[in-house]
Amino acid sequence: MVKKYAYIPKENCVACGCCVKACPRQAVSVIKGMYAQVDMEFCVGCGLCAKACPASIIKQKEVSGIEEKMV
Amino acid sequence: MKKKWYDYLWIVSVLYLILGFFNILFAWLGLLCFFIPLGISALGGGKLYCNKFCGRGQLFELLGNRLGLSLKRTCPSILYSKWFRYGFLVFFLIMFFNMLIVTYLVWSGAHELSRTVTLLWTFRLPWHFAYPAAVTPWIAQFAFGFYSVMLTSTVLGLVTMAFFQPRSWCVYCPMGTMTQLICKQKNKKSCRSV
Repeated sequence: MVKKYAYIPKENCVACGCCVKACPRQAVSVIKGMYAQVDMEFCVGCGLCAKACPASIIKQKEVSGIEEKMV
Repeated sequence: MKKKWYDYLWIVSVLYLILGFFNILFAWLGLLCFFIPLGISALGGGKLYCNKFCGRGQLFELLGNRLGLSLKRTCPSILYSKWFRYGFLVFFLIMFFNMLIVTYLVWSGAHELSRTVTLLWTFRLPWHFAYPAAVTPWIAQFAFGFYSVMLTSTVLGLVTMAFFQPRSWCVYCPMGTMTQLICKQKNKKSCRSV
């Protein structure tokens, strides 16, 4: 089964926290003020964080069941 | 979600800009927007200021999202590229030091007080109406200079808000870049790949 997740490239993230505010499931957090990170256990791939990201760097990524186990 | 007290800090940002039209000395309060975020990051609080307390970010969000003043286009990659963000930070700091030098010159008597606000580091706007009499000239000069910095960054933020995402200012905000650099420096081990 293929599931959608939010993917945030660390190197481009400005850690503004807009995605944290937008996430209805508290699946995103800013790690020590450096970058935002998605907790794949809680992310449902709704895309709200991608919409809110001022840098437009958050993408929806499809992850298959096997890959999911590996994350 | 229930709103917290800090969700209303955009009102403080608006008040700050308004007060600058009546008495330029209020511009000194803007130093809080410099020292608080730097202090929080230096003390290990990460980017708590950007994430929760930045009134300017909230204001852009309000204008762009609620009032629909943003076209919400995809942000061009140049805005979040490292060279642009760091370049803008360096430029911003140079202009800030330039403002401090002018303040020093007024203090030393080598330069006369200029009752103007410089917008976008270029356009001198007459601002004598907000100048209270009987104020030590260098104190007023710093206030004019600092208000110029705050007004310029607000105008830049409004322009990018209108074209791109509401909070696109956050992408290249020099304070945000500085606090992120402090955080990265403090957590060097865990961010080697970033």
